[in-house]
Amino acid sequence: MSVISEFTKGLVKENPLLRLVLGLCPALAVTTMAINGVAMGLATTAVLVGSNLVISILRRFIPAQVRIPVFIVIIASFVTIIDMVMAGYFYELHQVLGLFIPLIVVNCIILGRAEAFASRHPVLLSLADGLGMGLGFTLALIILGSVREILGNGTIFGVSIFASGFEPALIMLLPPGAFLALGHLLGLMNKLTKVEES
Amino acid sequence: MGEFLIILVSAILVNNFVLARFLGICPFLGVSKKTDTALGMGMAVTFVMTLASIFTNLIYNQVLIPFHLEYLQIVTFILIIASLVQLVETVLRKTSPALYHALGIYLPLITTNCAILGLALLNIIKNYDLVRSIVFALGAGIGFTLALLIMSGMRERLEFADVPKVLRGVPIALIVAGLLSMAFMGFSGLVKM
Repeated sequence: MSVISEFTKGLVKENPLLRLVLGLCPALAVTTMAINGVAMGLATTAVLVGSNLVISILRRFIPAQVRIPVFIVIIASFVTIIDMVMAGYFYELHQVLGLFIPLIVVNCIILGRAEAFASRHPVLLSLADGLGMGLGFTLALIILGSVREILGNGTIFGVSIFASGFEPALIMLLPPGAFLALGHLLGLMNKLTKVEES
Repeated sequence: MGEFLIILVSAILVNNFVLARFLGICPFLGVSKKTDTALGMGMAVTFVMTLASIFTNLIYNQVLIPFHLEYLQIVTFILIIASLVQLVETVLRKTSPALYHALGIYLPLITTNCAILGLALLNIIKNYDLVRSIVFALGAGIGFTLALLIMSGMRERLEFADVPKVLRGVPIALIVAGLLSMAFMGFSGLVKM
């Protein structure tokens, strides 16, 4: 139960998207470009760290019967803050991510960590857990975003990587591409961890 | 009349909530293993969506705007949805036990279904009045149910298919959803918005 191990478990072993399969809606919707994945992941991380911190501090004062509504209000307040900050300082990214910034409220990862971890553990461990899970989610979004951007647009982070003869598969940028890419990524993840176990 | 029809068809087929807007993916993958549970979930979501659409629209336009509290939109909406789900559950248990047993287990799950909050926010973004948001909610609910039903039919067949070991479970479900989404793209161009 060290701070380091709470932090690292979210990156690979219990990666929220690739291992626990949580937070699918934003993962599928915004990852048309790698940079959107970074933005969405960091926004989620900020909310997760904030809500984990506050919930962990207040964990002895929140009555067990009404804990879920209390968690949701705390999370919603942080999402409102992030929404306003992004609208003020990163207007273009905010326009691209659009609806999915307010929808961080109902991202199962955040309520899940509040219920399963922050409401039972001290502040420092909860912070490490939130940061690890958030960065793990960001990492998964960047991988998914890169795959879709490379195949669908021939670029990565906006930099062209193929010779001029390359014809990008537009389908990867459209909704079906999101499902196909994530399905295959999860399969690949299963394959890799099988190798690790044996 | 024509405009309502356009909103309805566009929400069901062209911009299907699950397959084109990626809202409500969790229940879409979670409860699409059997056709009858899929139908139950679809009905529960349609019902709550319509109610949530009415209440969020009224409160946004009658309370938040007059008092200049638009920034409380997210907190207000999620609280409205959570209380609404609780209310529907209590009322159904008293008045219609049969329906309660059919929908019962799905109701609590709906609070964290992003399709409901997404719909409430989309109503505001699109500037829909009360009647239009009800029509939009109905279309979104029917679209969600349709996607869930088709998916459950395909997953029942998948049970007997020889799927590679690493793709079993969620991965193959996502790939199948991708093919379904591709089929739904055939509807784009049906409605010019």
